[in-house]
This record gives sequence, structure tokens and C-alpha cells, in this order.
Amino acid sequence: MITTIPTTTITMGMAMLDDFLIRAGLAGLGVALATGPLGSFVVWRRMAYFGDATSHAAILGVALALAFDLPVGLGTLAIALLMAVTVATLAARGWAMDTTLGVLAHSALAFGLVAVSFVPDARTDLSAWLFGDILAVSKSDLGFIWGGAALVVALILWRWSALLTATLNEDLAAASGLNPDRERLILTLALAVTVAVAIKVVGALLIAAMLIIPAAAARGLARSPEAMAALAALIGAAAVLGGLQMSLHLDTPAGPSIITVAALIFTFAALFDLRRR
Amino acid sequence: MNALVQADHICVRLGGQEVLHDVSLAIAPGEIVTILGPNGSGKSTLLRALLGLVPVSHGRVRRSSGLRLGYMPQKLQIDRSMPMTAARFLSLPKRHSPEATSAMLARVGVAEVANRPLTGLSGGQMQRVLLARALLTQPQLLILDEPTQGLDQPGEAGFYHLIDDLRRETGAAVLMVSHDLHVVMSASDRVICLNGHICCEGTPRVVSSAPEYRALFGLGTKGALALYQHDHDHDHTHDHGHDHHHSHHDHHHGHGHA
Repeated sequence: MITTIPTTTITMGMAMLDDFLIRAGLAGLGVALATGPLGSFVVWRRMAYFGDATSHAAILGVALALAFDLPVGLGTLAIALLMAVTVATLAARGWAMDTTLGVLAHSALAFGLVAVSFVPDARTDLSAWLFGDILAVSKSDLGFIWGGAALVVALILWRWSALLTATLNEDLAAASGLNPDRERLILTLALAVTVAVAIKVVGALLIAAMLIIPAAAARGLARSPEAMAALAALIGAAAVLGGLQMSLHLDTPAGPSIITVAALIFTFAALFDLRRR
Repeated sequence: MNALVQADHICVRLGGQEVLHDVSLAIAPGEIVTILGPNGSGKSTLLRALLGLVPVSHGRVRRSSGLRLGYMPQKLQIDRSMPMTAARFLSLPKRHSPEATSAMLARVGVAEVANRPLTGLSGGQMQRVLLARALLTQPQLLILDEPTQGLDQPGEAGFYHLIDDLRRETGAAVLMVSHDLHVVMSASDRVICLNGHICCEGTPRVVSSAPEYRALFGLGTKGALALYQHDHDHDHTHDHGHDHHHSHHDHHHGHGHA
């Protein structure tokens, strides 16, 4: 990616480099801001596979959007939302979630890849949709990413106490006058928005990793749910910046580099937690 | 009506099966009512219907307007992935001041757990934390689902004494569910025997001599009654412990044949 940048003059090149790197950094930070708190809920509620199914479905959304000449963000959002609502509905009806999600997550990916093969535009940069293309984030992408991330963070902050109570115990929440179904719907919605926002940054295959790994790393270091959510966002941000540096210096793909750094942080946090016990 | 909560001829179906049939009851302010019944008799379902957690297929549930409810679930499975101290848990979903939460933890006898993670608490401590959370809303009605599950006998007796004290202090009515007969008997104003429908109800003494109750719980009730009467003097000797185990055994036996 870096080697393909035209270097007509050094100063212009540097300015461009600055610009796309700053855009990439800002895009990644926006995603980390949303995936930290949301990822904590994914971990607490054991929704890891749920995140997989929803993010894999986004590939299908990309293919459909390109085929029908619609904005890609809209396509991924719509299909991710459809998948998230389907999963939530099946879960509420008492389907065996392990199997159901296994079926849905992998079918969504397969359907998405088949659909992509019919769309020449998407076919050429399939790996960008699968693994992200953070270095190619445009200004309008940036607006979409920060808008979506702000929406997710606002939703979670607004419902924080209710979401926590419903996550701990749905009966307890209902007896306190809350509606657990509504809280679940809010998380579902937040997940769909996050997927649509994060696909450009880490790609459909690694969105779930971005949700789970920072939150899991934060778990051992936090003593309250608030601290865990905030720490997860911080760890995600560190992973984004570290991953970008790694990509720049080692010429590695950016999305997987971000997840690699997150995984390293997780390993250190786990070792620290082990030693402390 | 002056009942806090009232069920009129309610039926509840779960998974195509009628779990409760034509159940009517009313809880008056300040009274302690225990629902007693074998496993699968619909006790928890009845509580959940009164709380509005399961829909009724017939009849209706009425709660007095503005009723403040404190609910203590049967058990709370805390996922290890969520860091949560006891004090933080008491502030869910409504925030309470640190003073109020630690005072309430002290009142139920577990002041020391405030800053400990919930996942590290013993069964008895957890039950008291759940009770403290229910009490923080200053409830007019406390609904407790098998509150002494997993406690040993002294723990159980201590818990019911605490409930009795709290009722006297706060004037809150208490509705609880149990499948153990003995200590409950001494701690209740009224006992309702449930087995899909209401078999019999009345004061502990009346219920324990009712033929329906004996049919439901087998012949071991003699021991339970004896314990009930002794228990009133809050007298716990070694012999009673034996009585307890005997009748408990009979209870399971009777149920197996029912």
C-alpha cells in the first residue's frame, strides 16, 4: 500500500503521508471508541458468535450495495441489522444458539463471498472488505465512522445502567421496571452500526476480534464494569495506533496488524493478571 | 382494594402446559406469606406472574398503584467476565449513595463484602446482598424466591429471623417461596400450599394439619409440626436437627410417589 504512493516531490509525499495516516489513525480511534464499551457487553453476554454472524453478513451487504449501486455503508448497515435482528429473534424463541449462530455466521460469509464473485467492483478488492483497508479511508468515510461511533457510544451511555442490569439478570431488570427485550434490541442495533462502521477499518473477518480482544484484555485489569469498558476503549485505541505503526514499518496489512497488537496486549494483560493472583 | 398485589383466578401456560390453574390470592400490607409446594408445583411461576414477568392466560393480576417492589431472584449467576463489586451491584439500576449501600449491607449482616467482587461471595453472602438490593428501594412488598436455597440450617434460621426483624422495622409485606417446611412455618403469618392450584391455605398451624397438606408432603409432617411448635420458642437443639432430616427425607419420598 505504502509503496504505491506516488512520490513526485518529497514534501508533497510527506504531506500526503501525514494526511492519510492521520485519517487512518482517526478512523481507527473512532472504531475503538465504539468497540470498547460494546465489546464489553459482547463479552459479558457471551455474544462472540453473534458478533461473528453479524459482521460476516456485512460482506453480503457490500456485494448487494455494489451490485445495486447503493452506498456501501448503507448496504452493510442494512444487512448487518437484518442478521442481528434475525439472530436476536431466534435467540428469544429458544433456538439452540451455538448451532444456530454457527450456521448463520458461516452461511452469511459463504453467501457474501458468492455474491461478491458476481460483482466485479467488489471482486477486485475483496481482501479490503475481508481484512479492512484503513489506509484508504477517505474524509467522507471518516465522517461515517465517527458519526456511527458517536451514535453507538451515545446509545450505550444513555442506557448504561439499564443495559448492565439486564445483562446481569433479566428478571431482576424486569422487576425493576425495565424491559430486557428493549435493552437487547439496543445492543443489537449498536452491534449492526459498529459492524457497518468497522468494516473499512479492520474488515468483516476481524470486527469480532476488535470487539472481543480489547474487552477481554481489560477484564483482568478492571474492578468495575465502567472501568472495563473505558479500559477496553483505551486498549483498542492503543492497538490501532500500534498496528498502524507496525503496518508502516514492516509493510504488513493494517487490519490484521491492529488485531495482532491487540492480541499482544491481551497476552501481557493475562500474564499480569496471573502474576497478581 | 387494599391488597398490595392480588391475583384473580389466574392461569399460566408455559410451553403449552398449564402450570398454574385458577389461582387467587391477595397480599395485605405487612404480612408474611409463604408459598409452599413440591418441585414443579408452579411456585416460582406464581411469583413471576405476580411480578409481571410471565403473561397470564386467564384471569388478572392487580398491583396497587405506585407499589414499590423488592425482588430477590432464586439465584444470580454472575458471569466471571463481569467485574462487579457488591456495592456497585446495589446501585443497579438506580444509583444509591455509598453511605446508603454500606448501611444496608451492614443491616443484613454482610458489611465486609462491600468492595469484594460478587463472584467471590459465598452462597449465604450472596443471598444477603440480593436481599440488601431488594431493600434499598424501600419496598412495600418483598418478593423472595427460595431465599434460603443452599444455606445450612443455622443459616436458614438466621435468614428467616432477619426477614421477620425487617418486616417489623419497615412494615413491608413479604411473599416468599419455599419447599422446605420447617423454619418457614415459624416465620410466616400465612402459608399457601401450591401444586398447580392452591391446595390449602391458612395459618401455619391450620395448614400443617390439613389433609391436603399431608397428602402433598407425605406423612413426615409430624416432625415438621413438632419443629414448628418448638421453633416458636426459638429453641434449636441437636434433636431438632434430626427431626428435620427425617421429615425432609419423607418429603422427597412422598413426592416421588405422588
